Amino acid sequence: MIVLILLILPFIGAILSALAGNKAANKIALLSTVSTLLLTAKTYYDFTTGSTTSLDYSTQWLLEPNVTFSLTIDGLTMVMLILTNLLVPIIVLSGLGAVVQNSRAFYALILVMQGALNGVFMASDGFAFYVFWELALIPIYFIALLWGAENSRKVTLKFFIYTIAGSLFMLISFIILYMVTGDLRIENLTNLSITGIAQKIVFIGFFLAFAIKVPLIPFHTWQADTYTVAPTQGTMLLSGIMLKMGLYGFIRWMLPIMPFSVAEFTPIIMTLGVVGVIYGSWIAIQQNNIKRLFAYSSLAHVGLITAGIFSLNTMGLIGAVVQMFAHGVNVVGLFFAAEIIYRRTGTLDLNSLGGIRNVAPWFSTYFFILLLASVGLPLTNAFVGEFMLLFAVWQYNAILGIIAALTIIFAAIYLFRMFQRAMLGQTNTVTANFKDLTISEHLTFIPLVILVFVLGVYPMPIISLVEPVIKQIIQLASI
Amino acid sequence: MPIQNLYLAIIALPLIGFFINALLGKKMSKNLVGILASLMVFVPFVIILSAFSDLVNGGEPIHFQLFNWFTVAHYSVDFGIQIDQLSVIMVMLITGVGFLIHVYSIAYMKEDENYSRYFSYLNLFIFFMLILVMSDNYLGMFIGWEGVGLASYLLIGFWFKNDEYNNAAKKAFIMNRVGDLGFLVGMFFLFYYTGSLEYSKVNEALQLGAMIPALAFATSILLFLGATGKSAQIPLFTWLPDAMAGPTPVSALIHAATMVTAGVYMVFRSNLLFSLAPQTLEIIAIVGAATALYAAAVGLAQNDIKKVLAYSTVSQLGLMFLALGVGAYSTALFHVLTHAFFKALLFLGSGSVIHAVGGDQDIRRMGGLKKYMPITFITFLIGSLAISGVPPFSGFFSKDEILAMAFQKNIALWAVGVGASMMTAFYMFRVVFLTFFGEFRGTEEQKNQLHESPALMNFPLIVLAILATLGGFIGIPHIFNAPHLLNEFLAPITIAVGVAPEHLSATTEYILIAIVIGGALISIGIAYVMYISKRNVPGKDASYTGVTKWANNKFYVDEFYDAIIVRPVQWTSDFLFKAVDKVLIDGVVNTTGRISLLTGDIVRSIQTGQTAFYILAMVLSVCFILGYFLIGIK
Repeated sequence: MIVLILLILPFIGAILSALAGNKAANKIALLSTVSTLLLTAKTYYDFTTGSTTSLDYSTQWLLEPNVTFSLTIDGLTMVMLILTNLLVPIIVLSGLGAVVQNSRAFYALILVMQGALNGVFMASDGFAFYVFWELALIPIYFIALLWGAENSRKVTLKFFIYTIAGSLFMLISFIILYMVTGDLRIENLTNLSITGIAQKIVFIGFFLAFAIKVPLIPFHTWQADTYTVAPTQGTMLLSGIMLKMGLYGFIRWMLPIMPFSVAEFTPIIMTLGVVGVIYGSWIAIQQNNIKRLFAYSSLAHVGLITAGIFSLNTMGLIGAVVQMFAHGVNVVGLFFAAEIIYRRTGTLDLNSLGGIRNVAPWFSTYFFILLLASVGLPLTNAFVGEFMLLFAVWQYNAILGIIAALTIIFAAIYLFRMFQRAMLGQTNTVTANFKDLTISEHLTFIPLVILVFVLGVYPMPIISLVEPVIKQIIQLASI
Repeated sequence: MPIQNLYLAIIALPLIGFFINALLGKKMSKNLVGILASLMVFVPFVIILSAFSDLVNGGEPIHFQLFNWFTVAHYSVDFGIQIDQLSVIMVMLITGVGFLIHVYSIAYMKEDENYSRYFSYLNLFIFFMLILVMSDNYLGMFIGWEGVGLASYLLIGFWFKNDEYNNAAKKAFIMNRVGDLGFLVGMFFLFYYTGSLEYSKVNEALQLGAMIPALAFATSILLFLGATGKSAQIPLFTWLPDAMAGPTPVSALIHAATMVTAGVYMVFRSNLLFSLAPQTLEIIAIVGAATALYAAAVGLAQNDIKKVLAYSTVSQLGLMFLALGVGAYSTALFHVLTHAFFKALLFLGSGSVIHAVGGDQDIRRMGGLKKYMPITFITFLIGSLAISGVPPFSGFFSKDEILAMAFQKNIALWAVGVGASMMTAFYMFRVVFLTFFGEFRGTEEQKNQLHESPALMNFPLIVLAILATLGGFIGIPHIFNAPHLLNEFLAPITIAVGVAPEHLSATTEYILIAIVIGGALISIGIAYVMYISKRNVPGKDASYTGVTKWANNKFYVDEFYDAIIVRPVQWTSDFLFKAVDKVLIDGVVNTTGRISLLTGDIVRSIQTGQTAFYILAMVLSVCFILGYFLIGIK
């Protein structure tokens, strides 16, 4: 039952926010997300202390066709739920200091998004998964369109069409699966008897949907523009959580279901992932818009995670989950830092910034810590994941591993360049009156910074949560 | 457990000092900040002395685990502490010299508005450096390794309003990361083939033949790449001279005495692995010798006192790697120690000089300082004698041992080492004569301000001068029939290698010693003739020609890297973004989109924003699919 409540809670919050006035909407949303977080914590407690290895909820949705509404929380889902329900309150909190037009609609959409994301991660029936997957797109589309920068219409439309095109391929795959099995519950899909060309088509359908969402190159061209024009809270949702839908999809819906195609396509996908690492970082080196720079850096990070997933190596897959979590935390923090700069100066252009560290020491410190985490310095959260991922890719193919490992040099180049040009040196007319953080801004940064170190020093809770699930998935994925 | 807590305090205290000074330092008095930071290094020094005396008296090395960092499948890494003969020496060096430099900084940084930030960074550096040498596994070493890189970045760019300093800091971090890539991949080899990253387990597996020679070669060369970054060897050395942008005590501590020797520590720590890969050792010896010679040559034509010392550091590090390369691990560590004493002394002395002349670093505008600052002069002279290899100062012993070991292996390596040593003696005395002798060549205003440094700065100079004088006696050449205390103490660490060095015949060794001493004295003599007798003062940089011009411009290595790496990377980045990403990939995407939308009309209607229609279409399509099922086509 707790599973169902967890699913519904954000939607109730959304309704309340929509009904509230524009002034109260933010606080209602915060209250709602904190309640969801507490419930998630309770679920985690039950999960780790209970005797069962998973929590379920299932009911017949439609009789003909045979569609169930099934939700399952296992270790992997638990990690994704913690990530989502931890980040959303922080994202909501980050908006406390900013004026948002029509904020009740804005926050209602964020909460719908949260509900849909939870649904995606909990769904253990293909149909429910698909419905939540599509549902998650609608709020973020409107957030980016209506609250985005002036030229957002064209960009968001492209994002929308692109991702929906991907989803349609996935839909086709699900239809084929249904025609074969008559049932889309995941446990009934794992020992599937489709082979040959049919399996390949199903595989490609899923792959396109997930690869566009992640995005994996060459399906990424919607990303940088969308991240740049969307309001920052939207960008945080997109990069912090939503792109993990695709990575999660790889792990949950592709590896265990289609082992033959996974084996066949692995070399291509591994290569795409590693090429993405280099390509994204390389482009980031010369970017002058901070948000765009982060977008390309994100491309590099998710490329590595994808490669880790398809290495089909325990360390690679666990590293992928650890890194998904770390990336979520870090990218939300970095985009928040970009937002702070934009709120105070009205620009994200490195050419017109500089010297902020002189006038805003607290802000600089938080920003720098998040940057170090993103660079993957040991004892920060991204290091352990990155180490595991690179180790796994290296085991898959030493050359590919070494190329991927170049990321540790590239990340230092583009992030330290960015930090130097935005934060160090002398102040100028744009940055001279830069105010240090307000209390709500401090409160947004502090949990992120704590997570950076806690997970960097002690990542075992995540690892032990997902290890049994990952081992099972690898077993299913290995032929 | 209490005894373990005591050893944990060695690491914990500097970290606590960092937090206190970082968070509360602004509200505390400057003296309190400085004293607190110094104590947080001094107390660990006292603790480690007790561990040292245990070990000297035959006690067992200390080794314990704190907790599990991560475990996946059969791969597991713990946070573990190991204090053995090698670690104990490094910890004594780091906390001992570190403490002296903290004390010196109290006076040196007195006027700086960011005094507490400075000391917090200094403590942070000590913290990471101690992790580097006290961890019981490679990943722990890597924490410290990257951590000291961070502290170095923060301290080189300490005056962050100056963009040139920021560039130097960034360059140091990035170049070190190039080396770190090698370290990281080297660890993958170790982890995969030995199943562990813990030194003792790695060594156990290696002794059981976990790695065939080719693997040992690949692994060791990757680790050595890491060492070239941190220890400023060819090809990754160009960050170190730029790193002189940091405050001078930082140059003494991080960029001379401790951090840059981390590469030597790492190779020493992995001596079993390196001994399995003789080709790697050959490469190390050649790289070390080449670096020693190259950097010494550059040092001949530098006029910035800190730049001379920086290149001399690169050169001395080269000698240490030469020692490692010929398999003389403990000799390399011997030179780490003596170098730490005399180079920290020289840097602090240069800081004292810079302090006196109001911030100028150009030796062409100095001169005659010995009568204004006698303590600085005498201690600096001792440091210069030590680095030049004049007995009985410490540098003589370690350098002589390196050269003797090199001679046994290969006479060419020995000759290069002797050449580098002679250049070293020359350029150091060039600095001594130009700085302290003759008449003062700066402005009148500077001249009126010349003063000896305060006691807090002189005290570390004197202590280091004593160490630089006497430090060599822990490693007396065997021909004098005295015990080589250091080698005996370190024997357990290299025991696995099992080759006792053969000794040269006494005659050969006497001849070698004579050559080393003679070479040094001749070089000093030449410097004396040029800068005292003939009263030469180097001209403007622009006036240099030929080889001097090349040496003065560091043989254009920076320009070379810029042309073949930095700029091509930037061009490629622009090309990838503008041509590949925007035009090619996105072009294909947009074209695909247009074609699939069939007609221009639809495209236009989309672009005018009928998106509600698309949401509707999506919802409808879901309904349609549902309906499709409901009709019951199976």
